Amino acid sequence: MSATLFDRIWDPHVVADLGSGWSLLHCDRILLHDLSGGRAMQEVGEAGYALARPDLVFATPDHAVSSAPGRTADTFPTGAKLLTGLRRRAAETGVRFFDIGTDGHGIVHVMGPELGLVLPGTTLVCGDSHTCTNGGVGAIAFGIGASELKHVLATQTLPQRKPKRLRIRFDGATPAGVTPKDMILAAIGRFGTGAGTGFAVEYAGAAVRALSVEGRLTLCNLSIEMGAKIGMVAPDDTTIQWLAGRDFAPRGAAWDAAVADWLTLRSDDDATFDRDLTIDMRDIAPQITWGTSPEQVLPVTGHIPDPASAPNPEKRAAWEAALSYMGLTPGAPIAGTKVDWVFIGSCTNSRIEDLRAAAAVLRGRKVAPHVTAWVVPGSERVKHEAEAEGLDAAFREAGFAWREPGCALCVAANGEFVPPGARCVSTSNRNFVGRQGTGARTHLASPAMAAAAALSGAIADVRTLAA
Amino acid sequence: MDKFTTVSGPAAPLMAANVDTDVIIPIQRLLGSGRGGLGPYAFERLRYAPDGTENPDFVLNRPPYRDSPILLAGPNFGCGSSREGAVWALMGMGFRAVLAPSFGDIFFNNCFQNGMLPIALPEDAIARIAAETEAAQGARHTTVDLARQLVVTPDGTEIPFPVDARKKEALLEGLDDIALTLRMKDQITAWYAADRTRRPWAWESVER
Repeated sequence: MSATLFDRIWDPHVVADLGSGWSLLHCDRILLHDLSGGRAMQEVGEAGYALARPDLVFATPDHAVSSAPGRTADTFPTGAKLLTGLRRRAAETGVRFFDIGTDGHGIVHVMGPELGLVLPGTTLVCGDSHTCTNGGVGAIAFGIGASELKHVLATQTLPQRKPKRLRIRFDGATPAGVTPKDMILAAIGRFGTGAGTGFAVEYAGAAVRALSVEGRLTLCNLSIEMGAKIGMVAPDDTTIQWLAGRDFAPRGAAWDAAVADWLTLRSDDDATFDRDLTIDMRDIAPQITWGTSPEQVLPVTGHIPDPASAPNPEKRAAWEAALSYMGLTPGAPIAGTKVDWVFIGSCTNSRIEDLRAAAAVLRGRKVAPHVTAWVVPGSERVKHEAEAEGLDAAFREAGFAWREPGCALCVAANGEFVPPGARCVSTSNRNFVGRQGTGARTHLASPAMAAAAALSGAIADVRTLAA
Repeated sequence: MDKFTTVSGPAAPLMAANVDTDVIIPIQRLLGSGRGGLGPYAFERLRYAPDGTENPDFVLNRPPYRDSPILLAGPNFGCGSSREGAVWALMGMGFRAVLAPSFGDIFFNNCFQNGMLPIALPEDAIARIAAETEAAQGARHTTVDLARQLVVTPDGTEIPFPVDARKKEALLEGLDDIALTLRMKDQITAWYAADRTRRPWAWESVER
């Protein structure tokens, strides 16, 4: 019988049928971070339970750690309590812990794939909505809240209802300047923030096949901004080559067995999806958001929308509120909008390829004098690899600050923030009101577009800059 | 977990689309310890002026909505971050039920874990409840009855709503999910044995 990629991974993880469409799902890996990990382990103990499988749990601090050069755990004192709580409870329970400043540390959705903690055909959960990122290697990975986290730590399983299946195909050749970030922002702009609610999304098509694993991770990262808890790309030779030799990838005979299994993980040609959507790559230009929801996005060549032309009164009210918060004038070209800050980082776009793409735009040029520009590598390994390639020098010479790994300005939970009223082009995933700091105005874009904005001091089309 | 049976009171309208969990509770308020104490910070950026005084124009600061137990919301309510603090903050403000055309998936699940009932209703039904509440100046209440799966509007109209059977039982009984799952320990152990044979590669690296 024909099946989708999603079914092929979900079905064997069902431990028991709970009735009414519910399954008890085994979770192969649990990842913990500082914001909720320590507290979750504490709550499990307080409720009289123990961690069911500490050998399948891995922890790293990322949300509330300073990104300042030379930082220590104490640089942001509020976060230090969370970090030390996570560290202590990991030691008590036997959970593997990747501390700041040590190999393996990083943003949880960067270090997970990097260490091979997430593998094709596995299930992974974490108390963070961007856990969907990990589906880029061909896994079912999803974010959960504190109560579900407590449940999965105590049982290594979760009662779940099987989601519906949505396929989004990106067909045709990739135009110049269009990155995975532009692909997924364009999809969210076209289909809306609720298009994926209740679905697991499989990204497919020639343009997705052509992506590196890093690109697939970026694509899957924004699934949740389309409403989908789960985004995935079928594993293939690209995935297998990328995973070979990683710390927690299988070795020897186990590796051979894994590869044989992984290559069967794909949707059959005649598999049925509950919803099937297609985007023609030729319609995609570099994207930039203009509002306070990721669906409020434009090609960089576009004009700021006029609420008077909104399709309905609700959208009109939403556009008016967004434009007011963002301080933008309807009808003006989005390119040329003056920018105060640029942030390159986050679980969306802080991997080595992202830094290479930004550095390539920056080399031999200078950041506009009025712009504060930060680059925050996603992990210790990304940082060291970038430094070995001289990318840090390229960023510094252009005028960027080269900082320490963590979530940093994506979520502003570490004492760092974009000042009120300041406009920031950011490679992160959410342009919500106040996300990067109270009153901060966020424009989401790719690393190359962020670099172009830093150089121009304004939102700019990276394609014309490169010419 | 808190039980949920019925809730009654004036229903407060906050009907913008895509109200995200960052708006419901800023992350900076989640760096302290514990689930309690978040009520004063719910909708902080909408509820207060920069100087910390209440914004009198914000709907949840106005009577009769100040102490409302039922929130009327727009599409995709609770989208974004998985922070369960969004639910704790709403409950801290006194809300026990949220009625919206659609919800963020993770927020929706988090509600049930805490004895909060999220109800998906068509936009026109929500608009009707808002209009009836406004017309009565909050004097007539909306009632949510989980056992009967009915929302009773201020004018007495009964609107049926769907709810997942498993979630309904858990809310009515206040069940502890973990204890229920641990009763299936034998099945979980058997699954491990079978999976080791089926997927040796999934275990080799963590046991190395």
